[in-house]
Amino acid sequence: MPLESIGKFETKRLGVLNERGEADPDLMPQLSEEEIRRMYEFMLLARVFDERAVALQREGRIGTYPPILGQEAAQVGSAFALSPGDWVFPSFREMGAHLTLGFPIAQLLQYWGGDERAQKAPDGLNIFPFCVAVASQIPHAVGAALAVRYRRDPAVVVTYFGDGATSKGDFHEGMNMAGVFNLPMVFICQNNQWAISVPLRTQTATTSLAQKAVAYGFEGVQVDGNDVFAVYRATREAVEKARGGGGPTFIECLTYRMADHTTADDAGRYRPPEEVALWRERDPITRLERFLEARGAWTPQRRVEATEKAARIIDDAIREMENVLSPAPAELFDGVLAALTPRQAEQKKGL
Amino acid sequence: MAQLKMVQAINQALAYEMERDDRVVLLGEDVGRDGGVFRVTEGLLERFGSERVLDTPLCESGIMGAAIGMAAYGLCPVPEIQFMGFTYSAFEQLFAHAARIRSRSRGRFTCPLVVRTPYGGGIKAPELHEESTEALFCQVPGLKVVVPSGPYMAKGLLLSALRDPDPVLFLEPTRLYRLIREEVPEGEYVVELGKARVARAGGAVTVVAWGSMLERVLKAVDGYDAEVLDLLTLSPFDIGAVLASVRKTGRLVIVHEAAKSCGFGAEIAATVAEEAILHLRGPILRVTAPDVPVPLAKLIDHYLPGPKQIRAALDQVLQY
Repeated sequence: MPLESIGKFETKRLGVLNERGEADPDLMPQLSEEEIRRMYEFMLLARVFDERAVALQREGRIGTYPPILGQEAAQVGSAFALSPGDWVFPSFREMGAHLTLGFPIAQLLQYWGGDERAQKAPDGLNIFPFCVAVASQIPHAVGAALAVRYRRDPAVVVTYFGDGATSKGDFHEGMNMAGVFNLPMVFICQNNQWAISVPLRTQTATTSLAQKAVAYGFEGVQVDGNDVFAVYRATREAVEKARGGGGPTFIECLTYRMADHTTADDAGRYRPPEEVALWRERDPITRLERFLEARGAWTPQRRVEATEKAARIIDDAIREMENVLSPAPAELFDGVLAALTPRQAEQKKGL
Repeated sequence: MAQLKMVQAINQALAYEMERDDRVVLLGEDVGRDGGVFRVTEGLLERFGSERVLDTPLCESGIMGAAIGMAAYGLCPVPEIQFMGFTYSAFEQLFAHAARIRSRSRGRFTCPLVVRTPYGGGIKAPELHEESTEALFCQVPGLKVVVPSGPYMAKGLLLSALRDPDPVLFLEPTRLYRLIREEVPEGEYVVELGKARVARAGGAVTVVAWGSMLERVLKAVDGYDAEVLDLLTLSPFDIGAVLASVRKTGRLVIVHEAAKSCGFGAEIAATVAEEAILHLRGPILRVTAPDVPVPLAKLIDHYLPGPKQIRAALDQVLQY
């Protein structure tokens, strides 16, 4: 028996907008001026939301919060490519995606303020509650995609997770099932390169996370996660492929967590400042501004105006969040089961 | 009326409900072409097709998680976990998600699924194939735990479980799959969840059991004035029925095949101590397996409580 090669694989990396803000005309997705403007505004909104959320935590007005600083392009670009009927199974660091999809901002803050009622997505928005147990939301997306298939619905199911999630069993079980059943799914990994204090090289021995898709029989692509056009393009293509019966795609958005893991963490303990400084220069918002500036569509004044607009929106949301009455103790029992058990009824009376 | 074994009664319940409700889908390892390792789902793939009876890869957490996603989307999935010892791989999904989705999303998403898994000892199977760790699951608010004790109850309880709006863990006592035949009506009947059954009336001592222990208890109490309660649902369990019987008899023996420490018997004993201690004429006794891992075939008979231990407990408590 000769020693044969039974497979050759390559993993592609997609970038559209370089660090100088120059877009590759062949790869630039079809987006109107208005759409690009909205993307920019969503990214700024996510930035301002994040700054204010961290400040609110420092002031004791909300609880522990996981910052999204630096990941705005990965979140806004991917969410921008979805349609209203699609289903989203997030982890806990995609508030930029939530904002882009229209999740009420006050409710996002209310959740991080410790109010579980805020996890109830508004009707018509198929976005699952935040998932704190890493990677455990991935099989849920698989199940929803099986149900989409069974119901012959046109929806696509998207799940978000981080680089740490790719080490967990549920990631592999979910990826495998998605491949086996050729499901209408998009796996969006925000590879922000740090799972609390563990860097990517200690998380995996592979050169990319995208190549993991090869093992499950479908396409994986690495995307410049600080390039909103590349993220949008890759997600859009993956969503269209899924909707057309072409099966799942794994998208690795290579980005960087510029802030701490959460407000309870101090990344300075484990992360070299030079690395953070390097990534600060790759700020996804600055990159988009350079692109817009070259087209005569951006000035520093425009950023000031857009930031002020975002700040007004967030201020209103904070006010709204702080006007929500705290849940009553009896609400502890809400939704544990469709009907209270006799013992729960007894306990509720005793509160 | 047909005399059915429990494996047939469960099959009939699944088929009946799949016919009635197109949201019911089965998924799991070997449930399709093979009909399940115990043949519980035999014939269902042929009858309902591969979209409703899914042979999955070998991945318990993936199966459970996928079932949760299906349920949230609006289906009524019935994941089968091949043996109770394999549910441990799916623990996180059950505990962190199935039991919490309704409350976490404040009702926006629900999780009406029925996890079926063979459970319990006495079938000479390999390690992790004879577990009875039901108490672990009873500790989780938001999850119901049901254990039939024979064919009739199995069908009626399963139909109730399939129509329940919340996640149900349906534990099928492996030893009973083919041990007992009972008359099982062909059509529709339901046995309400959360209700115990007086399997045998008596006046001097209450014996509470469930699952495969019920059959042993009924044999062991021959000649005693014992009232035997078949608990059927462990979470939420029928506190009222237990208290009513204990108030009548004044004595309580609890029999389960799980290890003693923190077993479900402890919950029953504590509840009776809180609510009816002044009705007791003697100590509450538990007849259980010892606090050791479930052994392989050579020692299983020394592990599972048998008639001898049950009678010894009855004799002891009846002295008071």
